[in-house]
Amino acid sequence: MTSTRKNTLALVVLMILLGVTLEAAYLDLGVLHTPAAMLIGLAKAVLIVLIFMRLRPSEPLVMLAFTAGLFWLLIMFTLTLGDYFTRS
Amino acid sequence: MSEPAAEIAHQFADAGQQRDAATFGMWIFLCTEVLLFGALFLGYTVYRLQNPEAFDEAAAHTLIVAGSINTAILLVSSFCVAVAVHLAEQGDRLRVTLLLCTAALLGALFLAVKAYEYNHKIHEGFFPGHSFHFAGADSRGVEMFFVLYFTMTGLHALHVAIGVAVLTGYGVAVLLAQRPARLTTAVDLAGLYWHFVDIVWVFLFPLFYLVGRAP
Amino acid sequence: MNPAISQAPLQPLASEPDYLRSAQTLGSWLLTTDHKRIGILYMISITLLFFIGGVAAALLRLELASPAGDLVASATYNKLFTIHGVIMVWFFLIPSVPTVLGNFLLPLMIGARDVAFPRLNLASWYIFMFGACFTVFAIVAGGVDTGWTFYTPYSSTYANGAVIAMAAGVFITGFASIATGLNFIVTIHKMRAPGLTWFRLPLFVWTLYTTSLILVLATPVLAITLFLMALERLFGVGIFDPALGGDPILFQHLFWFYSHPAVYIMILPGMGVTSEIIACFARKRIFGYRFVAYASIAIAVLGFLVWGHHMFVSGQSVYAGAVFSLLSFLVAVPSAIKVFNWTATLYKGSITFDTPMLYALGFIGLFTVGGLTGLFVAALAVDVHLTDTYFVIAHFHYVMVGGMVMAYLGGIHFWWPKISGRLYPEFPARISALTIFAGFNLTFFPQFVLGMLGMPRRYHVYPDEFQLLNVLSSAGASILAVGYILPLAYLLWSLRYGKRAPANPWRATGLEWTTPSPPPTHNFAVTPTVNEPPYAYETLDEPSRDYV
Repeated sequence: MTSTRKNTLALVVLMILLGVTLEAAYLDLGVLHTPAAMLIGLAKAVLIVLIFMRLRPSEPLVMLAFTAGLFWLLIMFTLTLGDYFTRS
Repeated sequence: MSEPAAEIAHQFADAGQQRDAATFGMWIFLCTEVLLFGALFLGYTVYRLQNPEAFDEAAAHTLIVAGSINTAILLVSSFCVAVAVHLAEQGDRLRVTLLLCTAALLGALFLAVKAYEYNHKIHEGFFPGHSFHFAGADSRGVEMFFVLYFTMTGLHALHVAIGVAVLTGYGVAVLLAQRPARLTTAVDLAGLYWHFVDIVWVFLFPLFYLVGRAP
Repeated sequence: MNPAISQAPLQPLASEPDYLRSAQTLGSWLLTTDHKRIGILYMISITLLFFIGGVAAALLRLELASPAGDLVASATYNKLFTIHGVIMVWFFLIPSVPTVLGNFLLPLMIGARDVAFPRLNLASWYIFMFGACFTVFAIVAGGVDTGWTFYTPYSSTYANGAVIAMAAGVFITGFASIATGLNFIVTIHKMRAPGLTWFRLPLFVWTLYTTSLILVLATPVLAITLFLMALERLFGVGIFDPALGGDPILFQHLFWFYSHPAVYIMILPGMGVTSEIIACFARKRIFGYRFVAYASIAIAVLGFLVWGHHMFVSGQSVYAGAVFSLLSFLVAVPSAIKVFNWTATLYKGSITFDTPMLYALGFIGLFTVGGLTGLFVAALAVDVHLTDTYFVIAHFHYVMVGGMVMAYLGGIHFWWPKISGRLYPEFPARISALTIFAGFNLTFFPQFVLGMLGMPRRYHVYPDEFQLLNVLSSAGASILAVGYILPLAYLLWSLRYGKRAPANPWRATGLEWTTPSPPPTHNFAVTPTVNEPPYAYETLDEPSRDYV
């Protein structure tokens, strides 16, 4: 698949996901409302990273920077929320 | 595309090393940006957990149409940049310039919509601080939502504004440059930054516009 | 002798003039992109700032010489300790070894002609100076009394003074840190000379790498935290103010997410310097090289998991407190690995006690005391008693001053011949190293006792029974001050009158010693190739060896 076609396809999927997330916002999903929206957001982000930003697992240094950012974000969230969830 | 020896800075051995270093550096910069915005997302999470109803109520007051249009604008703009980066590698300078300027224009449009939204919110009394005014029960929680709304979308808008300037600059530079090949890496890096800004919005959108819409 | 192992040959005497003489206008310094000159710019800047922070410290100790608050008013005292903390943490300790020695040495040690992004490197110095100007302005414009931690809601709602200007200074300086960290990471990954694999790198490079990791990952969080504090102060919104629905503990989480790892920014490079010096003056390969290298990584990563130990009495959940306490104990493991490995390196070494070695040995001893007392305050129950007492002050000064400042000075002496092209006078240098060691212990050891007895920090008056220990501490501080002024005097003297330094006065390993002293602008006329492990002192010292 040529690069331009790949990008176009990605854009189409992204737009569809935008429609889906808008639709889902008005459904009665209860507590699953935000998780669903964030999951769709995550799907969009993955598409952008893989197609538009051309992140390739074969480039170890770029993968290092990418995963380090996410890993440290995880540390910050886990330990901070760990405090909030265990307060009496 | 290989660069002539004159384009390689003295500290590098070859063009490949120079390009890889620049790309790696950009990704590290984006990694710092992840943590910069990440701390704000953490703040959002903490305060939303503490004020779930107030956040639902407050989010219903953001302009979902404007937010959705802005999402679409940024996605299309990102697409333009992605194609531009690809064409830059093939040396198609006219179309690169066109695409980069279109992307920048879309970015400017995004900012215009944002300005309209801010204006609207301020008129409704949602700007936090002394002038904040909300008639409902949990006005503290609603105000916190709007503190985060203005801070996070404001910081994002600042990134968009910088991106618009950068994209316009490279768009013009590619057209005018004597040797446009030396700009290939720069365009690639600007693209990475722009996509990152897009990704931040992809997460801001559901948190500030889609919350509290369900019946 | 294994023919495959050979020290990289000395660089040919370059036709190019050395970096100090290549161009001598002021403009050539202010617009330089040479990593060596940028290191010098940083050295001059942080030395000046160190003396601002030092004067504040001197006034604090002078006030504390008597129990009554008779020298300065309590408000002035609060401003003084804030100035001391802010300047020393962000404008001396954090930039010290990375931006001065790191900038100067990193490309030389890895056989590169410069860092990956020389212009970004220069920009980082300008950003740093811009931030420093804001901070000095904040001091002149009335000062700040929040303490270096800027805790909310005090800083955002109640404190008078130039809080925003000072926070802006720290905020701006953060971007200088990020630029340096980013530059170093890319440089270490992409610019190493042929054959210089990761496990052939000097341990100093390993510590610069891990320090950069922390700079890049933690500093953005500090930036946004101070930004939010300033927003709260400017607009009167309640991000962290409980009266307005905010949560002050969130500020502390975000602040310490940066500021605890920042402690490792302040110690890891010192550990790297110590490894270089210990190996050279014991004439031995570092014992357990790989463990020492991995320990740096472990400290950097574990350092991010322990910030909650600053918040044991803040109202954080006790369960979170217990987890943070446990994780804090884990950091002791890689730290101890380093100390044990340095000790094992000394075992049966041919030790000489030149000045850098005196500093390095001082580092090991004082860091060990600082590290072990860290375990006291990491223990949940003990910390309830010790929080906000002089015990904490003594603990972190043992790590930061006893550790990092000793290492910085050791490194400055060790590489001074390379930096300046001159030898410093050995006798006064040894005297000053011993003076600093003695003065330091006299200043801070009594503070452990004061803290155990319950004397709280940040007060300018105290009960009479604490006076003896406080007088001892203040006396120690005056000795320490002499110890710091001495090197300034004889190092400046040596610039003109010192003996000219050969390329490798210590007969040390490492690519930086293969360049002339001082090195030419582009470091290496011939790109070196490395084909031996680091610290090959045993092979270097073999009598049959044709050396230099």
